Amino acid sequence: MATTTFMGAIRETLRQEMRVDPELFVIGEDVGAYGGEMGVTKGLWEEFGDWRIRDAPIAETAIVGCAIGAAITGVRACPEIPFGDFLGVCMDQICNQAAKIRYMTGGQLAVPLTLRTTMGGYLNAAAQHSQSLEAWVAHIPGLKVVMPSMPSDAAGLLRSSLRDGNPVVFFEHKGMYGLKGEVPDDPEYQVPLGVANVVRPGTDVTIVATGRQVHLSVEAAIRLETEGVSAEVLDLRSLVPLDTEAILESVAKTRHAVVVTESWSFCGIGAEVAALLADEGLAHLNGPVKRVGARHVPIPFSPPLEDFVLPSPARIVDAVMEALA
Amino acid sequence: MTQSEVEPRVPEATELTLLYKQMVLLRKFDERVGELFRRAKLPGFVHLYIGEEAIATGVCAVLRVDDYITSTHRGHGHYIAKGGDVKACMAELYGKEAGCCRGKGGSLHVADTSVGMLGANGIVAASLPIAVGAAYAAAKVRKTDQVVAAFFGDGATNEGAFHEAANLAGAWKLPVVFVCENNYYGVGTRLGAVSASESLVERAGAYGMRALALDGNDLLAVRAAAREAVERARAGEGPTFLECRTWRHRAHSEGEQPNYWQEEERNEWLGRDPLPRFAERLVSDGVLTEHDVSEIDAVAVARIDEAVAYAEAQPLPAEADALLDVFGPAWPVGS
Repeated sequence: MATTTFMGAIRETLRQEMRVDPELFVIGEDVGAYGGEMGVTKGLWEEFGDWRIRDAPIAETAIVGCAIGAAITGVRACPEIPFGDFLGVCMDQICNQAAKIRYMTGGQLAVPLTLRTTMGGYLNAAAQHSQSLEAWVAHIPGLKVVMPSMPSDAAGLLRSSLRDGNPVVFFEHKGMYGLKGEVPDDPEYQVPLGVANVVRPGTDVTIVATGRQVHLSVEAAIRLETEGVSAEVLDLRSLVPLDTEAILESVAKTRHAVVVTESWSFCGIGAEVAALLADEGLAHLNGPVKRVGARHVPIPFSPPLEDFVLPSPARIVDAVMEALA
Repeated sequence: MTQSEVEPRVPEATELTLLYKQMVLLRKFDERVGELFRRAKLPGFVHLYIGEEAIATGVCAVLRVDDYITSTHRGHGHYIAKGGDVKACMAELYGKEAGCCRGKGGSLHVADTSVGMLGANGIVAASLPIAVGAAYAAAKVRKTDQVVAAFFGDGATNEGAFHEAANLAGAWKLPVVFVCENNYYGVGTRLGAVSASESLVERAGAYGMRALALDGNDLLAVRAAAREAVERARAGEGPTFLECRTWRHRAHSEGEQPNYWQEEERNEWLGRDPLPRFAERLVSDGVLTEHDVSEIDAVAVARIDEAVAYAEAQPLPAEADALLDVFGPAWPVGS
């Protein structure tokens, strides 16, 4: 075990995987000598050179399309889109091409690529640089969607994604890059996709959370403890595949559920989890399923406005109390 | 003519005959598809390549089996010209389990990766960045000398994806041949009504590409231009843009009633139909006789008959097949 940051875990996993597969390449804006818009690829260009750490123009359709073209001819690709908000610019390549090529060709072509991008607010970056758009891509069959919440998961989930053989959209919260944690030294360390993680056990309510909201949920759980409420925090880790068993198992125990996403609740993953509980877990429930997410407006710039719109531990606590009422 | 004068022409004559046979096969295939569509034998929609056969035939004639092509919604001709399995293509159009895409893709998505045909594509211009990526992987990562020919229409050159792809190919001198099939209409809209110029070759120059416009209904002109483009691409000299000016004889999509053509222009183009034009040339050069020409027609028709019979005899896919091929197995990594 070594202590590293969320960003360092991603960088080292990329480095290790690129050493194992001499054809795996990264393509994105400023990923080369500049080190990536967020700094994730710093130092990789020096080791792997121009064509495996490839600076691209600010042309997201070309970046993702280039990755797809390589992938379908057997060369794994890891494109980087610096802000998840820019997925809109290349959505056709993601949702109509990467997601569907294997299916449309009757399985003739594999699309082994992991699209790394960022998500999230609390940075006063305003409406076009703060969104959490995982529901957009999770909706489309043919894409796997991953959202780590801690350095060890970032490493293990990224390795699993790169080796998955299918298109994966990998969301990294911009506000978590500096988060430190223990990461196994094992260069084969993997966290399988589709396996949720109980990050804090509890008995009275299940807080199902994703990405950075896992940390806000744990903070809420600590506050709840002082009020005599034992909250279990379940980190989904991947949205596709979704670990439905873990959700149902936890709620069967706690009989109450709150779902926390940084994205808007409306038509989001929280709605999916609530629907799952309504379909298959109704007998377990002793109260309503509550959702906490961004309020349904664009993410505003000014700090008090953004703080009001995005989830907070206080809102999670309130939602838990409503669920238990 | 003495024997010594004739002999060196034999291989070329054989090749010209094969090229003609190929064009006829493309024509007969899509003529039959149109007929089957009208008889409601085929589900969905079909976009026919009739009139444009010289382009796919001329370009694919100079490609190797391990070279790649990407295609469009009008892709049957590209598929067959690259050497794709004709029976499997027909079965795909019928939605059969034995189709090249197991009935999952249909006319808009025919693909035969065993011959480097990476797929027809239902989104205009979307295949161009993908073609560039295949070329990138070949030239810069795997370090092979494979070439990618990307087919697309005039309409695609107004899409952002075209410009992004062309820019990348030009910036990195990637081995891509951009084969623009300019038939002057994007569905029913005239190119000149929505573009500053109908001369698309002008656009390619901005991306540092060699670019030339040519008569896309002249098989040998297409082959010659494609040969040079492919040789340059293979030698690492970068992409070429070929604006192949042509005409689609049929509606954008079968069943549509075109009201947008100007009759005089249309007739002029129909008079330049690449098939009779090439046949006449081969006959006048003594490569083929009139009898050979009709024999080639008959052989192609018989081959299509066979493909149709095969496709009709195949079972439809089982419902459960709909749930397969969404995801595949893990990628083999390490030793």
